[in-house]
Amino acid sequence: MKDRLRIPLLLAPALVVVVVFFVGGLALALLQSLGYMPIIGRYEVSLDAYRAVLRRPDFYQSLLLTAWIAGVSTAVSTILALLCALALRRAFRGRRIATFIFQLNVPIPHVVGAVGVLFLFSQSGFLARLAYAGGLIREPADFPALVFDPLALGIIFEYVWKATCFIGVILLAVLLSLGESYEDAARTLGAGRWQRFRFVILPLLLPGILSSSILVFAFTFGAFEVPLLLGQRFPSALPVLAYRSYTDVDLNARPEAMAMSVIIALIITILVLGYMRTARWAAGSGQS
Amino acid sequence: MDQEELDRAAGCRHWLVVGGMVTAVLLPFIPLIIWSFARRWFFPALWPTEWSGRAWSYVFSPGSQVLPALLNSVLVATAVTLLSIPIGLTAGRAIGLYRFRGRTLVQFLILAPTIVPALAVAMGIHVAFIRYGLADTRLGVILVHLVPVTPYMVLIMSSVFANYNPDFEAQARSLGARPWQVFRFVLLPAIWPGLVVGSLFAFIISWSQYLLTLLIGGGQVVTLPILLFSFANSGDNPITAALSMVFIAPALLFLLLSSRYLQGRSAAIGGFGKL
Repeated sequence: MKDRLRIPLLLAPALVVVVVFFVGGLALALLQSLGYMPIIGRYEVSLDAYRAVLRRPDFYQSLLLTAWIAGVSTAVSTILALLCALALRRAFRGRRIATFIFQLNVPIPHVVGAVGVLFLFSQSGFLARLAYAGGLIREPADFPALVFDPLALGIIFEYVWKATCFIGVILLAVLLSLGESYEDAARTLGAGRWQRFRFVILPLLLPGILSSSILVFAFTFGAFEVPLLLGQRFPSALPVLAYRSYTDVDLNARPEAMAMSVIIALIITILVLGYMRTARWAAGSGQS
Repeated sequence: MDQEELDRAAGCRHWLVVGGMVTAVLLPFIPLIIWSFARRWFFPALWPTEWSGRAWSYVFSPGSQVLPALLNSVLVATAVTLLSIPIGLTAGRAIGLYRFRGRTLVQFLILAPTIVPALAVAMGIHVAFIRYGLADTRLGVILVHLVPVTPYMVLIMSSVFANYNPDFEAQARSLGARPWQVFRFVLLPAIWPGLVVGSLFAFIISWSQYLLTLLIGGGQVVTLPILLFSFANSGDNPITAALSMVFIAPALLFLLLSSRYLQGRSAAIGGFGKL
């Protein structure tokens, strides 16, 4: 009987934060995207902002760019993380220090990673100087544009740099907790290297791979600071486009900014829910 | 190929992966460190032609913008951490210890901010913060930082409480312990490692926030990342580099402090996804 009151009381502080600030923020964004802005005397509700956004050609270009950035970053970092985690699982000299370095950039803020990528990959950056010293280029313009570039490679480098370690640390933790017994069993049954990886390790790692890569995808799709620092001005990543509309001096641009950020949130939510359902289905069919 | 050759090839591949990985992780830090001590370093020089401690003396000079920004960052992150501790303790206890109706829904709700980007939330709530005088204030920034911090604090604390046995509390009570004694001598020692890791997380997540501070702080609450961004855009490489080094200091400290708790604690490591 006492628990009946105790649990809601225990949950109250966290729920207040989530419901008031998170759900409340989303609801206000939705209201404003519908044009409801009492602060400037607008009370009528309409889908005009969404229509306007969907008519903008730069919206589709930004959407495509953002999907490209998030997709490539997630795919590349997942594969690299798998490789690194498998390499770090084996016993070798210097493994402790290698593992420490591998964890090193996980808590580093993205802004710093972006500055590092800028100093490294810009056309007068560290790598361009190395290329000059090696006789590969003669002037900065000869060096391929890797930041502020149309393919957003600089942004992808930064995301891959951080996310590989993030996913890798999680996969390594799973691998170490599994131990070698499953593989030993497979080996005594005559499974080769590839078979042990494909039919023993990979299925065991799959939940970890799916849950960490979905976090990376959601983050890279909705993140703002790295594209702001390393992206070209046009087309820009979708969150940057939304932010620019938000800070536009013309207050009429605000509903459009809200509509764009609601669309971003919606796309991510739909993708994540679909992905989770597929993952659960795949895990279920894998077990049977 | 005989077995020995195969083994050697596998060993080479292994070192290639490990070596490449270590290089790739460390590479972006190299120009950062060098730039922070450079005065003149034009293309194509591989090494600065003139060195200088200007950036570092600017960072630590009392008249610079750095110290107030550092103070703001420390104040905000500390307040967010202190606020998130009771939030995480209570919700973590409820989710970790009890099975109740709607538990899945509550978990889903609390974890939602890890997936839905902060942009929509911050833009939406900005109006309300302006209305209640919270925009452009430190308090407003602290409150809005609770959104990304809360899920991870609750996640970590509920995994701690899942392995906690509340019967010890009943035993202590039956021996005459007062509520605060139960808290101090039974609960706190049991959850201490998780609480430390969770607090470090909360601090680092708040410390790294840029967008939320920019929108809600409105340029009035200048924290380190806000300052770092403006220097990065102004193209002053030495100061940008030195500031970056200051900015990552707590992260490195965090890694040293928590590395012994972090191994195998994948739920906790999940918190890094938001940094």
